[in-house]
Amino acid sequence: MPVPENPIPRCPAALAATLRIAPLAPLSLSLTVFTRQLAKKNPEMFQRLGPYGRSVFVLDPTDLPVVLLLDPNGGAPKVTLTRRSGTGVARVSGPLAALLGLVHGAFDGDALFFSRDLVIEGDTAAALALRNAIDDAELDLAHEAATLSGPLARPLKQLITLVERRTGLYLTRPEDAVLW
Amino acid sequence: MVMEIVCPAGTPAALRAAVKAGAHTVYCGFNDETNARNFPGLNFDRAEMRAGVAFAHDHGAKVLVAINTFPRAGSEAIWHRAVADAETCGADAVILADIGLLDYAACSHPGLRRHLSVQAAAANADVINFYAETFDVKRVVLPRVLSVPEIAAINAETEVETEVFVFGGLCVMAEGRCSLSSYATGLSPNMNGVCSPASHVEYQNDQGALNTRLGGYLIHRVERNQPAPYPTLCKGCFSAGEKTGHLFEDPVSLNAERLIPQLQKAGVTALKIEGRQRSKSYVAQVVRNFRAAVDALEAGRPLPEGMLARLSEGQAMTTGAYKKTWR
Amino acid sequence: MELTVGPNQFFWPAENWMSFYGDLAHASVDRIVLGELVCSKRLPFYQDRIPDAITRLVEAGKQVALTSLALVTLKRERKLTADLADLGVTVEINDLTALAHLPQNTAFDVGPLINVYNEGTLAWLVSRGARRICLPPELPIASVRVLAQAAASLGVAVEVWGHGRLPLAISGRCYHARLHGRSKDNCQFACENDPDGLDVLTGDGQPFMAMNGVQTLSDSYACTDHQIELLQSAGVSALRLSPQSQGFPRLCALYRQRLDGQLDRGDLEHALRAADPGIRLSDGFLTGESGAEWSGSACAPIEAAR
Repeated sequence: MPVPENPIPRCPAALAATLRIAPLAPLSLSLTVFTRQLAKKNPEMFQRLGPYGRSVFVLDPTDLPVVLLLDPNGGAPKVTLTRRSGTGVARVSGPLAALLGLVHGAFDGDALFFSRDLVIEGDTAAALALRNAIDDAELDLAHEAATLSGPLARPLKQLITLVERRTGLYLTRPEDAVLW
Repeated sequence: MVMEIVCPAGTPAALRAAVKAGAHTVYCGFNDETNARNFPGLNFDRAEMRAGVAFAHDHGAKVLVAINTFPRAGSEAIWHRAVADAETCGADAVILADIGLLDYAACSHPGLRRHLSVQAAAANADVINFYAETFDVKRVVLPRVLSVPEIAAINAETEVETEVFVFGGLCVMAEGRCSLSSYATGLSPNMNGVCSPASHVEYQNDQGALNTRLGGYLIHRVERNQPAPYPTLCKGCFSAGEKTGHLFEDPVSLNAERLIPQLQKAGVTALKIEGRQRSKSYVAQVVRNFRAAVDALEAGRPLPEGMLARLSEGQAMTTGAYKKTWR
Repeated sequence: MELTVGPNQFFWPAENWMSFYGDLAHASVDRIVLGELVCSKRLPFYQDRIPDAITRLVEAGKQVALTSLALVTLKRERKLTADLADLGVTVEINDLTALAHLPQNTAFDVGPLINVYNEGTLAWLVSRGARRICLPPELPIASVRVLAQAAASLGVAVEVWGHGRLPLAISGRCYHARLHGRSKDNCQFACENDPDGLDVLTGDGQPFMAMNGVQTLSDSYACTDHQIELLQSAGVSALRLSPQSQGFPRLCALYRQRLDGQLDRGDLEHALRAADPGIRLSDGFLTGESGAEWSGSACAPIEAAR
C-alpha cells in the first residue's frame, strides 16, 4: 500500500554515522551530476518551478546529520550537502523516507504535512512549487542512478546500495501494477 | 447507469494516474489565473492539455477544463482565449462560473458543452433552470451547502445533470461568494484562483508547536504530534464571546463515501473528488476507492470498506452539509 | 455622488428596525435598500412593517428598493424570492435566483453580492434590465474604473461599498447557532444579541472578523474617506453606506458633507475617531494590498493588540 499507513521508516544509525564522517564534497559533486542528468531528461520539471527556478531549497532529512541544498539554477541544478543547517528560500524537513517517497510519488505531500511527518518553513509557495514540479516528473532515482557512469558515480551508487540494503526506503517508483 | 467519477488532475502525471486508476472523467485547468486552483507548479500549458485530452480519450475517459474564476475587468480576453483553447484541445466540456463568460461561451463556442461551476453557488432548482435556459448549461456542480434531501428535491425539478463533491477539501462558505482570503491576503478564489494562498502562509515552530499565520493573522496553533490542518481561514481557530475554537469549521475534510447509495437515489449523475493541488499518489488512491464503490453499487454488492483517513486534512472526516445537522 | 443605504445585515428588534428607517426619512441620503439579506428566519419579526417603512421613505422623497436574500436554498426562501416584485418597488438582486423570478423586461438593481467582476457580466445584466449596479466590495480601483466606464456607456449607474463592515462570506451553516451549541433549525435567534455582529478574534487576540448568523463580515469598518476623489474621477455615481446600530444618521451626514466638499480628505476619519476612538477602519480592497489594510492614520488600540 503506497500510503504511509504505518509509521514512516527511520534511517538506521549506521547510515547516519557514515554521513557524520564521510567527506561531503565528492558526494555533493556526484549528486550535482546526477541531478543535471535528471534535469536534462525532465526539462518541464524546472519550467514548473516558475519564479522559483533560481531559488535555493533546503531539503532536510531529519534522521541524517546532513542537509541538501538544491539550487535549480535555471535548469542546470547544483546540489550541495552540508552539515550546517543551510539557508534557502524554503526548508522542507522530514525523515529521508518521507522525502524520497514524495519524489517517487509513493506518498502524498499534503498527507505527510497533515501527519506532521513533513515540516515546511520559509516561502511556502516555493516549497509547494517544488513539490508539484517533482510530483509531475515521475522520477525513479535508483533507475536513473544505475545509468550513471564515470568516477563521480561511485560514491552515489555506494550510498544507494547502502540505503537500499539497510532500510525500507522508496528508492524506486512503485510499479504501476502496485499503484493501480 | 453507473455514477460518473470525476477526478482532479493538477499535473499531466496526475491526469494519467487518474485515468489509469479508473476515473471516468478528469477535470483540470490551464496554468494561469483562469482556474480556481492557480497554485505554484500546478496545471497545464496548452500542449500539455492537448496531450492530456488525447491520453484520456485513448483510454475512454473524458476531460473537463475548469475556467472558473471571474474574469478581471479589462482583461476578459485571457478567459475568452482559455475557452477557445479548451475547445481546440478537444475538451469534453468547460466548467464556468461567471455570467459574462457563460454568455461568451454560449454565443461564440456553442458546440462546446458547458458545466456550471460550484463557484456559481447555484443552490436551488429555480436558478439552475435559469442557467440552463439562458446559457444551455448541461450540468451543475452543486454547492457544498445542501443536504441529501435538498439535492433530491433539486433533481426532481430540473433536467440539468447534477455533480456533487464526495471527497476532499470542504468549503463551509458558499463558494464564489467568499472574500475572506482577499480580506486577509489580497488574493481570492474569485479573482486569483487561490484561497488562503501559500505565498501568504507563514509556519512558525514555537517550542514544538506549529503556529500558522496567514497574511499575518494567527489562524491556528497545533501542539507537537497533533495532526496539522491546511492553512485555510475558515478552518482556523478563533475566539468570539466566551468561546475559543473552530468557530466556522473543524479542520476536517469531506468523505461522503457512505452516502453514495443515497446520492444515487437522489438522482445525482456524477461524484466529484476535490484536490487538484494533491499528488498523483493521492489521486490514484482516492479514484480507485471510489471507482470500486460505484462499481460495487452498480453490481449490487456491498460497498468496500473505506481506507482514506490518512489522506485527510487533520486526518478527520465529515459528511458535511449532506447531513442536515451540520448546519 | 449620491448616497445609498444598503440593506441592514443584522437582526434587530422590530421597534429598532422601524425607528431606524423612520430616522432615514430625514437623513441626507438619496436611496434606501431594505428587506432581509442574510437569513429568512428573521423576516417574520418585521415583515409586516416593511410596507409602512417604504411608504414613509417614498413620501420623504427617497428612492426605495427591496433586497433579495443572499443565498436561496429552502422552498420557503424560493417562494419569498418569487414574491419580491409584488410590493411594487424595485428589486435589488443579491442572488441570481431573484432574477430567475422577475418577469422579463422588468428593471432591477444589482446588489454587491452578485459577482460583477467584468464588462461582459455587466453588459449581460444590463441587457436583462439592470439599471444600477453596486459592485462587489473586493474589487480594486482598477476594476472599478473599467466597470464604471462600461456602465456609463450603457447608461447605468455604478455604486461602490462606501462604509460599514464588509460582507465577506455567506454559508448554509449558522455560526451564531454553532457558537451556542444549537443547530440552525433550532437557533433560538442567537444573533439578536449582536446588533452589529459578534467580534471574532485570532488566537493572539487580534480582531479579525465578525459573525452574523450565516454571514461572516470583516472586523473593520470599510471607510472610503481617502478614496472619494478617486471614485468620483472613476465615474462612480453613488456610495453605499451599510446600516449600523449606533450613530447612523450622523454617519450619513458626515459622508454627505465629505461628498459636498464641506469636509476634506481625512476630516471624515477624524470625526469617526472622535466619536469612537477605538474604531478599526479599512480601505484595502480599493487601494491596498489586502482588504484589511487602511491607508489613513494608524489606530492606537489595534496596534497595541498586535
